[in-house]
Amino acid sequence: MTKQKENIAIKFAGDSGDGMQLTGAQFTDNTAAHGNDFATFPNYPAEIRAPQGTIHGVSGFQIHFGSRLIHTPGDEFDVLVAMNAAALKDSLSGLKSNGVLIVDRAGFDKKNLRLAGFDPDQDVLSSPMVNNFDCIVVEASRFAQETLADSPLDPKAKDRSKNMFILGLILWMYSRDIASVERFISEKFKDDEVLRKANLEVLEAGYHYGETAELSRYKTEVKAASLAPGEYRNIMGNTALAYGLMAAAAKAKLHMFYGSYPITPASDILHELAKHKYHGVQTFQAEDEIAAACAAIGASFGGALGVTGTSGPGLALKSEAVNLALMLELPLVVVDVQRAGPSTGMPTKTEQSDLLFAMYGRNGESPIPIVAAGSPSGAFSAAYWACKLAVEHMTPVVLLSDGYIANGSEPWRFPQLDKLPDIMIPKAPEDKGMGESYLPYQRNSDLVRSWVTPGTPNKQHRIGGLEKELETGNVSYDPDNHQAMTDMREEKVRRIATYLPNQEIHCGESQGDLLILGWGNTTGIIQSSVKELMEDGFKVGQIQLGFINPMPKNLGEILNKFKCILIPELNTGQLLKLMTIAYPTCNFLGLHKVKGVPFKKQEIVDEARKILKEVENGQ
Amino acid sequence: MDSKKLTARDYASDQDLRWCPGCGDFAILKQTQMVLAEIQADPAQTVFVSGIGCSSRFPYYMNTYGMHSIHGRATAIASGLRLTRPDLNIWVITGDGDSMSIGGNHLIHLLRRDLNLNVLLFNNEIYGLTKGQYSPTSKQHIKTKSSPFGSVEKPFNTLSLAFGAGASFIARSIDREAKHLQEMLKRTNEHEGTSLLEIYQNCHIFNDGAFEQFTDRKAQKLNAIFLRQDEVISFGENNEKAFRFDGLSPRAVDKANYPAEELWIHDESDALKASILCNWVESNPELPKLFGVIYAKKQSNNARNMDSDVLDERYVNDLIKGRKTWSV
Ligand SMILES: Cc1ncc(C[n+]2csc(CCOP(=O)(O)OP(=O)(O)O)c2C)c(N)n1
Ligand code: SF4
Ligand SMILES: [Mg+2]
Repeated sequence: MTKQKENIAIKFAGDSGDGMQLTGAQFTDNTAAHGNDFATFPNYPAEIRAPQGTIHGVSGFQIHFGSRLIHTPGDEFDVLVAMNAAALKDSLSGLKSNGVLIVDRAGFDKKNLRLAGFDPDQDVLSSPMVNNFDCIVVEASRFAQETLADSPLDPKAKDRSKNMFILGLILWMYSRDIASVERFISEKFKDDEVLRKANLEVLEAGYHYGETAELSRYKTEVKAASLAPGEYRNIMGNTALAYGLMAAAAKAKLHMFYGSYPITPASDILHELAKHKYHGVQTFQAEDEIAAACAAIGASFGGALGVTGTSGPGLALKSEAVNLALMLELPLVVVDVQRAGPSTGMPTKTEQSDLLFAMYGRNGESPIPIVAAGSPSGAFSAAYWACKLAVEHMTPVVLLSDGYIANGSEPWRFPQLDKLPDIMIPKAPEDKGMGESYLPYQRNSDLVRSWVTPGTPNKQHRIGGLEKELETGNVSYDPDNHQAMTDMREEKVRRIATYLPNQEIHCGESQGDLLILGWGNTTGIIQSSVKELMEDGFKVGQIQLGFINPMPKNLGEILNKFKCILIPELNTGQLLKLMTIAYPTCNFLGLHKVKGVPFKKQEIVDEARKILKEVENGQ
Repeated sequence: MDSKKLTARDYASDQDLRWCPGCGDFAILKQTQMVLAEIQADPAQTVFVSGIGCSSRFPYYMNTYGMHSIHGRATAIASGLRLTRPDLNIWVITGDGDSMSIGGNHLIHLLRRDLNLNVLLFNNEIYGLTKGQYSPTSKQHIKTKSSPFGSVEKPFNTLSLAFGAGASFIARSIDREAKHLQEMLKRTNEHEGTSLLEIYQNCHIFNDGAFEQFTDRKAQKLNAIFLRQDEVISFGENNEKAFRFDGLSPRAVDKANYPAEELWIHDESDALKASILCNWVESNPELPKLFGVIYAKKQSNNARNMDSDVLDERYVNDLIKGRKTWSV
């Protein structure tokens, strides 16, 4: 008897050597093929090879999938797979009270218990802490060894295939077809027959284990979701972002140059782009973030789409170069995949605390556009738009993503390039053949200068970081000119608003008592919160701000239709400050969290209810 | 480019020169314009990228493409331009502070990558633009505004630094030797790979006379060795001295006592000898300083990874679609 469920959240947790990320990724692919909607959240340990068996070494992968639309990886999970005692200790608090706990007995021996900080003589698996849950103790490690009794692999290598046992079991539990995983394994180990065979055998052993161990009562099916019709694929945030950059370059018919210095969680963008070396993308692993930004400026001067990517500490180093791009009025896209905290902070954890730095973190008056990605798949269009604005308005643009978006994945109804808006390169005015000299800083009605690159005959010119005369670009220290240039640079960014798509209501009401205004990774969690509040009869809506500087022109109109506006952010109130300056008459309230992890639905719903109650009481 | 022959003047922009009267930068600008005219460089294909400093004003005065950027970063900016524009002739203008202090990291990595750029390092052994602080090439004990009691820091040996970073072309000249400077500029331009030309440049205001021992005719003989390919490396008041190898150690000897083949004959393509020149001769205070092409690695094509292909829409469409899709 297979149960039917609308949605399920599973967390795979184990030592970083236990292959939990691979297990999660494979289960995700299978989930996609099964037609569910889903959201994932991988959580890596900070250290590469943290001491085995310890809490520091726990690697987790959470997936939430459903036959209905899924907006978040889930506040809590229905199933926890804990491969060892440390994983149990680390993740048990997130398991629902009626949840199912699956543990591998071998991970609970004396050594593992001690490493996880338990009393080694305690029988943890029989303790109330575990017995409060519906617990399945499997012997994945032992079964792996037994299944591979005849394999030439050494015992250690055999042990490593235990994650395949778990994957097989979970696939069986959720009534999945294992063929796609088998194909993956065959492909991955196509050059190593022994490993290929071993992994396939253990996977199948896990799949059949459910029947023999009489676990049928756990068997569940989550039917395919009714997503909007179209063609879908699974996409991770950093990959989507990289594709967005490439799509923009292709659409604008440009060569693309990506300068970067490795940094978590932005490095995967560099890794992705590096694959396309012979297809019009050039990556440059610079000696530091300054060089990365500067090389991108050089590429842009030469007529390529110059992009530089980093995380917070790198953005700090790039400040001076970004300002140079502003003065030169050259396109430059600066990707900041935000991470938690000041200084080195918590590199593998997420936060949204670089917003004001992106806005103000440069010397002098330095206005530049800011675009924010709202979800893993949303990173594609955010990146596309960042490039479009940079090229069409000859300006540096900061594109904000974060660790949660970067590593998360979801189904994506991907576009093809012909459906994306055109990107127009600002060309120099036609020569009238009068031998007139070219004025590099002559502007069009949007205050945008033309992009004339070295090699163009008879248009030689010099550009630089010194203040320049309005049109000629000649160095100028004239007081009135500096005032005019400062005002012009501000106005140039402000005029971009005319070209932005209108702000849309992301979900819920378009007028009412409470608008929840989010940006970045809060898209899904706010959406689920709004749904819950609406089910309770509240008049709530959500907008998710993708263009933060400048803001869409119709934003004020939307804001004015709500009594209160709640801005949840993973910082101490950065967008709140910007909104308060931009719309001083609106009633903004903030909800802030800086714990390195995303909001939970309950946190937003509780805060919203509190506000709605006050609104009701006429406060 | 039209067929009319360009003169040095055609490479000058309409901007007034703003250096102090007597500054060595004028001469370097003039010789560069002469050399570009001599090789009939296409101004539209020529780019000068500079950092910040007196010397870095240079691009404003050239009727070519140019960028006056930020302090220390011209090498990094030019690298990005080089990698995406194989067609251009790109020159980097930098000072001793710009290239070896704030931009030191970029300089060594450029030399390591060996991208085809011509780097002109204007070394005046002082921070000119900020009005006279000691620089990473200033002589020890120098009294400047920031070292009123004499600087305690030792200067870089520029040649050794460049060689250590893997430079494939190292040369030195001086503002006052017009012909030599022209010749070195041409060699710098011809080399495929990063060519580093250090030019001793007099800062008339803050470090006047720093290189007098190389410009005064008499002193020059004692203090400078002008290297020439396939010629015996000789020095001394009457060119009477030369080097003779004792194992790997060069010893200064009287030239007259030995046949030429027993003396050190300069071969700019010999890496071992270049390393001895950079690390031993140059750093020996008893010996004269080196001028000319110190090292020029023979290399054929250095078009490393340069690419300017436009992204193809079909390729991107396929990529976006990926390999595993499903329809709803
Ligand atoms: C980030 C930064 N720090 C400091 C300065 C100030 N500054 C400008 S030029 C310069 C030194 C220039 O010395 P050098 O490179 O030797 O050039 P020179 O003026 O001697 O030709 C300094 C410190 C600056 N412009 N930018
Ligand atoms: S300060 Fe020195 S280097 Fe600068 S322009 Fe004057 S003389 Fe030349
Ligand atoms: Mg100097």
